[in-house]
Amino acid sequence: MLLKINKFKNHITAIAGFLLVLALVTHFMDLTVLKQAALLITTVIAGIPIFIKAFQALRMKVFSIELLVAIAVIGALFIGEYVESAVVTFLFLFGDYLEARTLQKTRSSLKELIDMAPQEAVVWRGGEEVTVEIDKVEVGDHVIIRSGGKVPVDGSVISGQASLNEAAVTGESVPKMKSKDDKVFSGTIVDSGYMEIIAEKVGDDTTFAKIIELMEEAQDSKSKTEKFLDKFANVYTPAVVILSVLVYLITRDLHIAITFLVVACPGALVIGAPVSNVAGIGNGAKNGVLVKGGEVMDKFSKVDTIVFDKTGTLTKGKPEVTDIKVFGEYEEEDVLRLVAQAETVSEHHLGRTIVKKANEKGMELSIKPTNVEVMKGNGIHVTIGVNHLSIGNKKLMDADGIHIKDEVSAYAIEREKLGNTAIFAAIDGKIVGIFSIADQIREDAVEALTRMRKNGIKKMIMLTGDNKHTAELVAKKLGLDEFHAELLPENKVEWVKKLKEEGHVVAMAGDGINDAPAIATADIGLAMGEGGTDVSMETADVVLMADKLMQFSHAYSLSKATIRNMKQNTFFAVGTVFVLLAGVLAGSVHLASGMFIHEASVLLVILNAMRLIRFNHRNIERERQVQVAEV
Amino acid sequence: MKTIKLQLEPLTCPSCIKKIETRLGKMNGVEEVKVMFNSSKVKATFNEESVKVEEIKETIEKLGYPALN
Repeated sequence: MLLKINKFKNHITAIAGFLLVLALVTHFMDLTVLKQAALLITTVIAGIPIFIKAFQALRMKVFSIELLVAIAVIGALFIGEYVESAVVTFLFLFGDYLEARTLQKTRSSLKELIDMAPQEAVVWRGGEEVTVEIDKVEVGDHVIIRSGGKVPVDGSVISGQASLNEAAVTGESVPKMKSKDDKVFSGTIVDSGYMEIIAEKVGDDTTFAKIIELMEEAQDSKSKTEKFLDKFANVYTPAVVILSVLVYLITRDLHIAITFLVVACPGALVIGAPVSNVAGIGNGAKNGVLVKGGEVMDKFSKVDTIVFDKTGTLTKGKPEVTDIKVFGEYEEEDVLRLVAQAETVSEHHLGRTIVKKANEKGMELSIKPTNVEVMKGNGIHVTIGVNHLSIGNKKLMDADGIHIKDEVSAYAIEREKLGNTAIFAAIDGKIVGIFSIADQIREDAVEALTRMRKNGIKKMIMLTGDNKHTAELVAKKLGLDEFHAELLPENKVEWVKKLKEEGHVVAMAGDGINDAPAIATADIGLAMGEGGTDVSMETADVVLMADKLMQFSHAYSLSKATIRNMKQNTFFAVGTVFVLLAGVLAGSVHLASGMFIHEASVLLVILNAMRLIRFNHRNIERERQVQVAEV
Repeated sequence: MKTIKLQLEPLTCPSCIKKIETRLGKMNGVEEVKVMFNSSKVKATFNEESVKVEEIKETIEKLGYPALN
């Protein structure tokens, strides 16, 4: 019964509205009896859902706004103000309806994302294709995805190739080609093509499920402003009740006291800040930027210093071997084979680049290196067969006491000045070759950095484990304020700490695991990374899903816009309450008109927040078109 | 200790948050309650020995908010 009434609330609102119009018509026709009847019926019909909620709250001994309204309505009936009682009940329901509709809009970004979740999957089971529900897919399953289908789980492609729309995960709607060994994410859509994948992460472990989880938490994690408003409302509500009693005692006018009580309900005040946050976070999610909550938004908008990691953040992070120079008796082929064999055990991206180069040349790398010793940030020591190898930077050579001839040293510096990283390879204590590896600056880096500077970033610093020459080249090209090279992960943490101590509000942007400590230390940690790794998604405050610096710039201006919007709403709400209360005391605002202004102010703050959903929409659209044209 | 998430019908008034949080918080065995207003979910951490999921659901429903799952 109670639930049914709740369900028909919209109908009740419509009927009450109709009856109010009828009352207005009869008013002009001077049919007083009919008019009073219409008003009374309106009050009763529209009052039912309100009284039910009020009663439920009363029974459970908790405070509720419906209780206030119910008291006010009874009071109005008591003093014979049928117009007021009818208008107030109707407005309360109608306002509720409008709020639900508009709130739905501010929440739509997340809803759209959730709706992108795949429902079923086609898998190989016992030699045939079967369609199963999404939660029946297990790790290791062989999954088939056809054109137009959704990728059901995270996994690796084992055969076929397809063009994929990854908007659900990265916010990027330009399709991407994926083929053997590429990673694919749950929730992305096959535009055209066919592929088979092996499931690696299923259910709640997929990147997509994590994004949804993070967004849900983020939308409701409160900013300082919100916490303050909550506390304020906690004091404010009882204060209003006491004040209205005082008003009654002084004026002996029940009407004014009740009006005061209803009008002072802190509707816009309570909702003003959260709606801005939700709309802002929603905008981010749609554009591949996960901002973890209101507090992060607030802090992010105050950032004045950004610390960048170089590799993978300012540069593409996909380095290539540009040159191999040999010194001594070994041939180029042999040096590459030996070094690549050694690096097969390495997790370092530069090491993997060398392995990739050897793979491209079709070399067999079957001999397993032994006595592996990883010198973090500097290189590795391994034994292959009878040879002892040291591969790494100059520091490693110095530490091992390996002599570097002047011509070798000159060559290395020359390569570094050209923007390469020089990797020394020594066999049995003698340098046999230098690998030049180069990584290109991201195409959108210059524009993104320029925009962020325009939006209020005062200082941009690059911290890198790479050599001075390469770092200098990148810093110069991008116009950075400072750079510090040849750092270890813990040095980066020290730098971030130092900057914080100097009074800067620091954002640290990095990728991968080695930056995680610095990301965690900074006021705002940003993780870049396509699809995001688990570590970065968990430690960072802001995750850039599409691996683009323009998203960084968007996130920064978005945080400023969100906080601005929140402030507007707060000022507006507080202002409205004071104007209303003053109006009531001065006798110029009555119950019905007060209720109207009150509901209107709630709607206005929601509408204001809704502007954030489309924030920067035009710029993003334009960029997308340019990209599609390029593709 | 167990944590559940209950999906409610879309919440519209922010005052519901207080109402649900205060009432559930008073329940014996409920350690932590958070109403996630924007996703219309209630996240509750509770002691399984002293309170059942059904009881939590019932309390929320008595307040006038039917749980969907």
